[in-house]
Amino acid sequence: MALKIIVSQCTVCGACEFECPNAAIRMKGDTYIIDPKKCTECLEQFDEPQCAAVCPVPNTCVPAN
Amino acid sequence: MSAAMLSLDSLLASPVSMEEMRAKLEGGGCSSSACGSSAKPDDVPQAVWDKIKDHPCYSEEAHHYFARMHVAVAPACNIQCNYCNRKYDCANESRPGVVSEKLTPDQAMRKVITVANEVPQLSVLGIAGPGDSCYDWKKSKATFEAVAREIPDIKLCLSTNGLALPDHVDEIADMNVDHVTVTINMVDPEVGTRIYPWIFHNHRRYTGYEAARILHERQMLSLEMLRDRGILVKVNSVMIPGINDDHLVEVNAWVKERGVFLHNIMPLISAAEHGTHFGLTGQRGPTAMELKALQDKLDGGAKLMRHCRQCRADAVGLLGEDRGQEFTLDQLPEEVAYDPAKRVAYREVVAHERGDHVAKKQEVETEIRALGVEGKLLVAVATKGGGRVNEHFGHAREFQVYEATPKGITFVGHRKVDTYCLGGFGEDATLDGVIAALEGVEVVLCSKIGDCPKDSLKAAGIRATDQYALEYIEAAIGALYAAEFGHAVTDRKLALSA
Repeated sequence: MALKIIVSQCTVCGACEFECPNAAIRMKGDTYIIDPKKCTECLEQFDEPQCAAVCPVPNTCVPAN
Repeated sequence: MSAAMLSLDSLLASPVSMEEMRAKLEGGGCSSSACGSSAKPDDVPQAVWDKIKDHPCYSEEAHHYFARMHVAVAPACNIQCNYCNRKYDCANESRPGVVSEKLTPDQAMRKVITVANEVPQLSVLGIAGPGDSCYDWKKSKATFEAVAREIPDIKLCLSTNGLALPDHVDEIADMNVDHVTVTINMVDPEVGTRIYPWIFHNHRRYTGYEAARILHERQMLSLEMLRDRGILVKVNSVMIPGINDDHLVEVNAWVKERGVFLHNIMPLISAAEHGTHFGLTGQRGPTAMELKALQDKLDGGAKLMRHCRQCRADAVGLLGEDRGQEFTLDQLPEEVAYDPAKRVAYREVVAHERGDHVAKKQEVETEIRALGVEGKLLVAVATKGGGRVNEHFGHAREFQVYEATPKGITFVGHRKVDTYCLGGFGEDATLDGVIAALEGVEVVLCSKIGDCPKDSLKAAGIRATDQYALEYIEAAIGALYAAEFGHAVTDRKLALSA
């Protein structure tokens, strides 16, 4: 249960990094990645995954499977 | 021609040496104290004037002398606007939110110091997107703190949509940020639904009416909180024909009621290749004359800013120019040390020159009123700064437009053009663009113009002349106005200084 970032669409604005309640998102090289071990999809934390809710590009923070 | 005038003109040619500035300062001429005049307009309180007098965006008069720079350190945003595409990134575009490289706070500090050492006109550091400076607050704050430690006298300025501002307003006040720009495009959420598809607030995404309502309430709260802390506020509104153009009259009234110092109506910039919602749906921006008509309608409401250039989010230099490409990350030295010498010397020269300019401006105004004639004249001026007619027609990247009426001479806007002269050869296609951009203008003043473009302009009903080269803009227009309406220039005050 985790989300992933579609790198080709990411604007690297970093909003997801500081909204993530689990510190699961970090910069790797030129892009942000989600650590699947830390990602909870914000279940029981918020109504919706925070990264997907704040991301300016549609369908860029999506379920990993 | 006075010595003071030559001094500023030479300053604007780069590079500027300290010796040159010192030498010119010794050169005599009319100093502001000797003339007994200051640049302060009568209707602005002293405390406000002290804040804006060196800020090119807040004072039309200051924009002839002082430069700003923006650093793109806060790329995250909490709203989506239909005129913005967050993927956009281009070095050759000039419009808000466009930037070619994002900086970390540390890189930004190195950039600001490098620019301060080389651009003596620098007075303001702004954070103006892409993204929202108050939402991506940690990075904005770290940048301001780092720069203020090195250059204590630089003015700090930020631009925001206002949604997150109430959360940080006390820190903003504590850091001596004394200018904040809030972009407000509506005061009716119904109108807002056509501009903002969503906002992110309190850990959730809102859409539709509710999104626009929350944004509106937070924006009004921001204005009130800033006012209560004595922070000067400018409101930017994007004029979107058919969506909020008439509505901006109401916006103007609301922001005036909340003590906003300046209201800046900016035309929507929209094209399909920008990839924005408005661009892709064919929403057009207003024409220059439509913009002016709205601005004229708002005269008497909150004071309007008419000299905005809608600059890039990483712009560097005077408002009419952009030297950003000289200061990209790969050109910055690893180690930088701030040297205040150039900025200090420049300020002395400007203080000197500015009093002279204002005195001349006031004389011209008085004389124009005394002429007792009826008549309006729209004049476009080619200038490279210092308040003078001092740019070649073919080198102008923009024209500053002034309106002369029996009440006086006022700056009403600028028109951007593609440079006509490319390596000495003018191009007819470009001249057509210039002519279109000068819609409504009767006379063009410049420091030099060739016969060929002059004739083409004439055929299009626009007269161009280099007769007033190097004069103060208002002095030149005053003389032109007097000549135009049939009065011989007999009074020596209206006669030009040359």
